[in-house]
Amino acid sequence: MLDVLGQPVKRHEDDRLIRGKGQYTDDIRLPGMVYAHMVRSPHAHAKIKAIDIKAAQALPGVLAVFVGDDLKDSVGMIPTAWIPPNADMKMTPHPALAYDTVRYVGDGVAVVIAEDPYTASDAADLVRVTYAPLEAMTHPRDAMGPDKPLVHQEISDNVAFHWSVGENLDEVFASSEVVVRQEFRQQRLIPSAMEPRSAVAQYNAATEELTLWATTQNPHIHRFLMSGILGIPEHKLRVVAIDVGGGFGSKIACYPDEVVVAYASRALGRPVKWTETRQENFIATSHGRDHVHEVELAGTRDGDIKAIRVKAFSNLGAYLSTAAPGVPTILFGLVVNGAYKIPQASVDVYGVVTHTTPVDAYRGAGRPEATYLIERMVDLYARKLAMDPVQVRRRNLIPKESFPYTNPMGLEYDSGNYQGTLDKALQLVDYPQFRREQEALRKQGKYIGIGFSTYVEMCGLGPSEVAGAVGFQGGLWESATVRVHPTGKVTVFTGASPHGQGEETTFAQIVSHELGIPVEDIEVVHGDTARIAMGWGTYGSRSTVVGGAALHNATQKIIAKATKIAAHKLEVSELDVTFEAGQFRVAGVPDRGMSFANVALDAYLAWSLPEGVEPALEETAFYNPKNFTYPFGAHVAIVSVDATTGDVELMRYIAVDDVGNIINPMIVEGQIHGGLVQGIGQALYEGAEFDDQGQLVTGSFLDYAMPKARFFPRFETDHTVTPSPHNPLGVKGVGETGAIASTPAVVNAVLDALAPFGIRDLNMPLTSKKVWTAIQERGGI
Amino acid sequence: MKPCAFQLYTPSTLEDALEALWELTEEGRSVKVLAGGQSLIPVLNMRLATPDVLIDLNELDSDLNFISPDTNHIKIGALTRHYQLETSPLISKNVPIITEAERLIGHVAIRSRGTLGGSLAHADPSAELPLVASLLNARMTLQSKHATRTIPAAEFFLAYLMTSMEPTEILTEITIPTLPGRSGQSIQEFALRHGDFAIAVAGAQVTMDEDGCISDARLTLGGVGGTPLDMSASLAPLVGSRPLPEDIERLMKEICQDLEPDGDIHADSAYRKDLAITLSTRALVDGLQKVKDS
Repeated sequence: MLDVLGQPVKRHEDDRLIRGKGQYTDDIRLPGMVYAHMVRSPHAHAKIKAIDIKAAQALPGVLAVFVGDDLKDSVGMIPTAWIPPNADMKMTPHPALAYDTVRYVGDGVAVVIAEDPYTASDAADLVRVTYAPLEAMTHPRDAMGPDKPLVHQEISDNVAFHWSVGENLDEVFASSEVVVRQEFRQQRLIPSAMEPRSAVAQYNAATEELTLWATTQNPHIHRFLMSGILGIPEHKLRVVAIDVGGGFGSKIACYPDEVVVAYASRALGRPVKWTETRQENFIATSHGRDHVHEVELAGTRDGDIKAIRVKAFSNLGAYLSTAAPGVPTILFGLVVNGAYKIPQASVDVYGVVTHTTPVDAYRGAGRPEATYLIERMVDLYARKLAMDPVQVRRRNLIPKESFPYTNPMGLEYDSGNYQGTLDKALQLVDYPQFRREQEALRKQGKYIGIGFSTYVEMCGLGPSEVAGAVGFQGGLWESATVRVHPTGKVTVFTGASPHGQGEETTFAQIVSHELGIPVEDIEVVHGDTARIAMGWGTYGSRSTVVGGAALHNATQKIIAKATKIAAHKLEVSELDVTFEAGQFRVAGVPDRGMSFANVALDAYLAWSLPEGVEPALEETAFYNPKNFTYPFGAHVAIVSVDATTGDVELMRYIAVDDVGNIINPMIVEGQIHGGLVQGIGQALYEGAEFDDQGQLVTGSFLDYAMPKARFFPRFETDHTVTPSPHNPLGVKGVGETGAIASTPAVVNAVLDALAPFGIRDLNMPLTSKKVWTAIQERGGI
Repeated sequence: MKPCAFQLYTPSTLEDALEALWELTEEGRSVKVLAGGQSLIPVLNMRLATPDVLIDLNELDSDLNFISPDTNHIKIGALTRHYQLETSPLISKNVPIITEAERLIGHVAIRSRGTLGGSLAHADPSAELPLVASLLNARMTLQSKHATRTIPAAEFFLAYLMTSMEPTEILTEITIPTLPGRSGQSIQEFALRHGDFAIAVAGAQVTMDEDGCISDARLTLGGVGGTPLDMSASLAPLVGSRPLPEDIERLMKEICQDLEPDGDIHADSAYRKDLAITLSTRALVDGLQKVKDS
């Protein structure tokens, strides 16, 4: 049998997903099921004066209309599950339905429950809400201060927390040879998973059990939080995430809509389904990014970076979403030095609430923001010194022999060969030739540019002790159960909850490799709190790193027990038994042995087991990682800018990544491609915009420019392999790398192309209008 | 359901459709005519339009889906789908600008369903086919239960999303002049993303005389006004000359000077205007090149 570890095994899940046989939450049909439709605020900030539900109630087919006052004494506030330490964080009470004040366009004020979704939707239009509109704040830095319209009366200056790390660097900057300063706007992004959010709640009055099917990346966290919100004990609450059609972080949070359907099912004694429309997804599902950064870099005239100082204003939206406070602090502030040996750093983060859709994790979550600022600053520093940006990177990259490397915030980068990925990328692009071509084209009035991003990412979240130290209100270990059936087939139960990344395949590959059985004989079960004891879900590129390691450990326990049973049966010492390719053999006696399946059968028959060995063959492991993992790489973008129209064309994209050992190169490649298009989307196309009243003016794909496949060249990808030394599989995580690395590479390339015009920086996305306007402002072509 | 409830009427003959439209309109009911639905259905789904009745024309293929050549003209049925225009050899030979324009419209799914008549009747000033109809001064046949009339494109497009069609009329046929001899056509568009509504779009047709001088030049701009803007009258300086690209650009700067396009989040007025200059220059230069190449 072929060892499938490291092989491009086709994704087991694709057969059903591609043929339309996937089972998504909205596919659920239950007897007696009724439908919810939310009534949402059209105002970003208003007092609710009155709600008239009579006309809606009177529509035939309507079962109930609930408003905030109905829910407020029955269900609790939606909590925030990340409280950064020493940040004086204030909570933002978040009711499932607003009952006094609405705080963003899309805030829920009422729900209609009807026999069919069409009636529910029609009735929702008949709910009359009288609002007294108030002034709204949408920009994080502008919203700060005591004289601003407040989002929550409890927070007197709209600053929900102020978090800092690092030391006072005033003297370092005052005495530095070179200082570069720049402000960056990390625009707000709309995650736009292919599947919108959906929830189905079914309350069983006889058993007092509630089942909640939901589009979540972390069903056990949902069960944990929902238990508190709904007052239903955890053993009476089951949360199920069946197929989930992407999330990119937007399906981590516990949402009001899920609480509302649970409440309605309990109140009405009927299963209740709610599925958002794409328009609702734009306004009512968490957004990502939205920071303002004031950055200073200190260095020598020779190109050695000495310190970096960041003041960040993070827009958290109207309420602190589940993981939101951790994103602009821990996941951002601890890695602003990037892949460089910068001795000193300091970061100040203001977490600001505004009258906008809540912001939470979005692919990369904090690390793209950090990577963007450091990669842009390195380019600006190089430009100031008139040095080549590659040369400055080479001088400052953490050298191979420095690992494990402790960064100025105390993180220990596990392993790396940063120069190695850069060397490989430069070979692929033929850098000297590019510069010659660029020079020649400029003389003809044609502008091409090259941009680099030599990134490192902290992922594989993470050690639970660290989770506690940084205020995450949960653990970050993972569980795996390997159940070997009497016939030798295997069911794996994982606490990681994949939502499209392919772990049904990669996890089967791990087990196949270790037990020597075909992948077809292994089923991977995930996403159901009734079937899986515990798990912390999928985010932070952790599923294979942490969940895969747990699976490895559980499988090793299976092998240990099976070896004992085999030795007993073969009447030799355990030490004389070898296990390879699914066969237990007596060392030195090649024809004496037994297959894994035969040992499994013996384990279940239990007719003759060794002393002290229990029947059956099932093992569980709980793996708590020792450290984060640190994938890295070198990305290169080549663009061409039409100076007449401002149009940017991405001509080449080279990605050399090191994600440690690779279990399935095809899936890794797919994850990199997906990350790249999202990161490049941020650089060139995507950006959520609010007007002065807090209306989202990019509220559909007509105006929110999600890129399309044809915008991208064929990605040129390559790898180096530097295993993580502390992870049992040597893997590092790959889900977020593309989104983290690509944004600054592309922006650096565009600004390199625009260098002859003296354009130093532009705010993303670099639309043709922005590029054209910048060229015009500097005298045109 | 995303749209509000409406009655759906699915006539199987044009006569029935016209009859129903007449009667329902007389009764004072709000009626929308559904062709490919690529603009109407999203508008209904967002509840921006809430008609009482939809008259679905999709069973009228035998009446309204055709491409038939005539002397110096091609007659096209209003229900002809974008993909049919895109792939028709008759169209690419006789009105090549339509083939070019179709490649800029939406993507495959939209082109397989959307129709010529629907696009024209929707009258989006940044859409490609209204621009082409305007450039070539196509003639629109409008039918009601009691009358049939044919009007030129110039009289058809009145304002943003507004045409001179009566509520009782259906656009049934479009007559488009074929490409004259020694002529070239070109459409140049700029959109945020390919397939999106254009920020600005220019269409041109140039004809040369036997000496290689321009004998006729036409230009229409989209996305910079409430309707496609026919700029042909301003091209007189080109007639009788053999202009270089820079001559054309100079003239375009002059004639686009008075444009006052509206701005939006994707393009302000100044940028739209500048794009109009660039695109109209490119369209005329490309049109000329095509004559030379042929």
